[in-house]
Amino acid sequence: MESLDYSLVDWSRAQFALTAMYHWIFVPLTLGLGVIVSIMETIYYKTGNEEWKKITKFWMTLFGVNFAIGVATGIIMEFQFGTNWSNYSWFVGDIFGAPLAIEGVMAFFMESTFIAVMFFGWNKVGKGFHLASTWLTVIGATISALWILVANAWMQFPVGMTFNPDTVRNEMTDFWAVLFSPVAMNKFSHTVTSSWILGAAFVVGVSSWYLLKKREVSLAKKSIKIAAIFGFVGSILAAYTGDGSAYEVAQHQPMKLAAMESMFTGQKNAPLVIFGVLNPQKKAYDDGVEPYLYKVEVPSVLSYLANKDFNSFVPGINDLMMGGFPTKDTYGKEIMALSVKEKMASGKIAVQALSDYKKAKAEKNDSLAAVSKSLMEDNYANFGYGFIKDEKQVMPNVPMTCYSFHAMVVVGIFFIFFFLYLILASSKGWIENQKWILRLGILGTVMAYVGSQAGWIVAEVGRQPWVIQDIMPSYAAVSSIEVGAVQTTFFLFAILFTVLLVAEVGIMIRQIKKGAEH
Amino acid sequence: MDYVLLQQYWFFLVSLLGALLVFLLFVQGGQTLLYTIGKTELEQTMLVNSLGRKWEFTFTTLVTFGGAFFASFPLFYSTSFGGAYWVWMVILFCFILQAVAYEFRSKAGNVLGKKTFEIFLMINGFGGVVLLGAAVGTFFTGSEFIVNKMNLTNELSPAISQWQNSWHGLEAAFNVLNLLLGLAVLFLSRLMASLYFINNINDEAIVTRSRKQLLINTVLFLATFLPFLVWVLLKDGYAVDPVTQIVSMQPYKYFLNLIQMPILLVVLLIGVVSLLFGIGKTLLKAEYKGGIWFAGVGAVLAVLVLFLISGLNNTAYYPSNSDLQSSLTIGNSCSSPFTLTAMSWVSLLIPFVLAYIFYAWRAINAKPIDKAEMTSEEHLY
Repeated sequence: MESLDYSLVDWSRAQFALTAMYHWIFVPLTLGLGVIVSIMETIYYKTGNEEWKKITKFWMTLFGVNFAIGVATGIIMEFQFGTNWSNYSWFVGDIFGAPLAIEGVMAFFMESTFIAVMFFGWNKVGKGFHLASTWLTVIGATISALWILVANAWMQFPVGMTFNPDTVRNEMTDFWAVLFSPVAMNKFSHTVTSSWILGAAFVVGVSSWYLLKKREVSLAKKSIKIAAIFGFVGSILAAYTGDGSAYEVAQHQPMKLAAMESMFTGQKNAPLVIFGVLNPQKKAYDDGVEPYLYKVEVPSVLSYLANKDFNSFVPGINDLMMGGFPTKDTYGKEIMALSVKEKMASGKIAVQALSDYKKAKAEKNDSLAAVSKSLMEDNYANFGYGFIKDEKQVMPNVPMTCYSFHAMVVVGIFFIFFFLYLILASSKGWIENQKWILRLGILGTVMAYVGSQAGWIVAEVGRQPWVIQDIMPSYAAVSSIEVGAVQTTFFLFAILFTVLLVAEVGIMIRQIKKGAEH
Repeated sequence: MDYVLLQQYWFFLVSLLGALLVFLLFVQGGQTLLYTIGKTELEQTMLVNSLGRKWEFTFTTLVTFGGAFFASFPLFYSTSFGGAYWVWMVILFCFILQAVAYEFRSKAGNVLGKKTFEIFLMINGFGGVVLLGAAVGTFFTGSEFIVNKMNLTNELSPAISQWQNSWHGLEAAFNVLNLLLGLAVLFLSRLMASLYFINNINDEAIVTRSRKQLLINTVLFLATFLPFLVWVLLKDGYAVDPVTQIVSMQPYKYFLNLIQMPILLVVLLIGVVSLLFGIGKTLLKAEYKGGIWFAGVGAVLAVLVLFLISGLNNTAYYPSNSDLQSSLTIGNSCSSPFTLTAMSWVSLLIPFVLAYIFYAWRAINAKPIDKAEMTSEEHLY
């Protein structure tokens, strides 16, 4: 049997990243703009004011264009787990498949049914039914986000399961633990609220352009008012849930946290870097090169974010590689952290014990099977380390994770103040005359997309090499296919999605230029 | 619920989703008839808008079909999607093209032009349907793969499923039996689309042409489906020993499945009769527009039985010709009892989902599409 080609892993990851990032251009706008459109239609329903109907329909048209390409780029996400990550699909399909199926039953049908009423029902159903359909479409989209994020969170913090050596897979034992894992809840709420920011920023951006052009003035002013309030609520909630997410990362993925801060040496009263320039000479965790060329820190804040204690110890990358610091195991018991090399040894024992167990079972040697099973269970927490060839593989791409994290935070903080100012400016009637804020509004749309993408880069690049934290590295998860096949589909997706994006942007621009009157 | 019963329940649900998907492929069938039935731009717009209000149901059913297969039979998901890479990728590309085509087709600024998006609909309609049919055909003809879960303990090459040829699934389209099924599904989707247009569009020219296409595609459907069905019922099937779980070839296995599960035989006959009744009454009675419902129910029942005889009654539903013992059965490829039970609770939502789909569908379809609506409606595809 041929050895697996590492470039296959890289191309499979690249394809997943490409398709996920394209998909994530459209999904947050669906989630955010969907709520804004629903709010606008609710105002129309309550007031009967035809102008609100016109405003609702205008934004709904843009919503529809975006929704279609979101659906198009989404189908590949589900099937890719099978096509490119088939080992993963078997190893954890018993747990991971369920949220995807529930997503289909609970969310996709709701979206696809009521979006038809939303677009074609204006003259066919009553106002109340239509409003309910609009809300149900966005609720369906949000429920869809819940289940896929539950699935993603489980990969980052696998709970509610046990490994069954007879079937050679992980099996679900606690559905509620999977659904209500703190990582899942934080991930869902953070992702959805950050999508609200993007939706609001989009509405502000388009409306700002109208005000700069002195077109659709009433629509733009009313839209900005709604979007600013909604965006402000979203940005406050995103900050709160972001704090929760950081805490969960610190507890369950300390390597990711260390990469987010590019912190190689752990310490008590760990500071948070608020601005820094990474040293490009830093190539390995143990090369002795300083990670930063320049940085501005706030003392003890990282300790507080990570452990809710200013004096607590936060391990750096070196500590996590070398072990030997006090920590807690998955059951909350105080232990001394193992080094990566020790975990690799433990993982290899687990993998070998599984092999021995299966052989013993085939030979009906029950006593050897029992011993092997016990050995495997004792070491299963490090099972994935059994596939790690070099300890350095355990360290994610630090510059990409670190810069993305800080970009996301900067964008998030910017929007809190930006939306707050917009609320003030629109209530005071300043907004039309402040060109700088309108230009910033257009720029804010771009910033929101950057922040949104950056958030996912932190989440996904920062957890490498794991597809399932500590249990399965990406190397062990890929399908057995030729590298050339994945390269071909990678470029096909890149070309197709880019062409579709260009078409989508073209339509959006044309619709915006047409305005609500047409 | 007993584990075996749970497995069968989920195989039934997945089969039902597959059968509903085949019915809903009338959207794809309609896309292939765009230029055949629609001779003017306005007629084509009517056809596209008629289908455009349904395409998401087909799409969603496909996605849910995939998700349900993943949740209930993860080894199938892993083996088939990971191994038959190319056939699934081509199918997915066909559906990606469809998803944007409706919304973008007539919008100004779409860069590619209206014609391109109509070609996307054609690619989806022909390519997606034939390949889906061919892929399902492998449930009866088998594929070339080996499954060895112990590969997971091989650090150098841990993939548990290995496809045994470099075509990675595209070979399915070159098997005569698979191709027959693929073409049968295509013609079924086109005759269903004809029935749907007759039901959903109030335009004499379109209805007349749809009736003509109904006759042509019914003949073609029967010419491809009947040989497929006879061939399947007469061929050797992949039988599983219920005690040892050893897979072996058994003469007339699928025919025997029908005989040994007479309820399925009855359902198949009802399905065929209902399908032919829906078609026949529409062809014979000029004013009759409800044929889609009889034919639709009939198609769902017939396809459901086809799926069920591929896996029930100790049959390997995803057989391997490279290594018979690698074949996937309901028992060796399903999820754990816990997951199947949890998912079964979720499945109780399905009637509720069907109810609101029916309610919304009725609300939107209360009045058939006509030319006047195409000129007055603001949101058009």
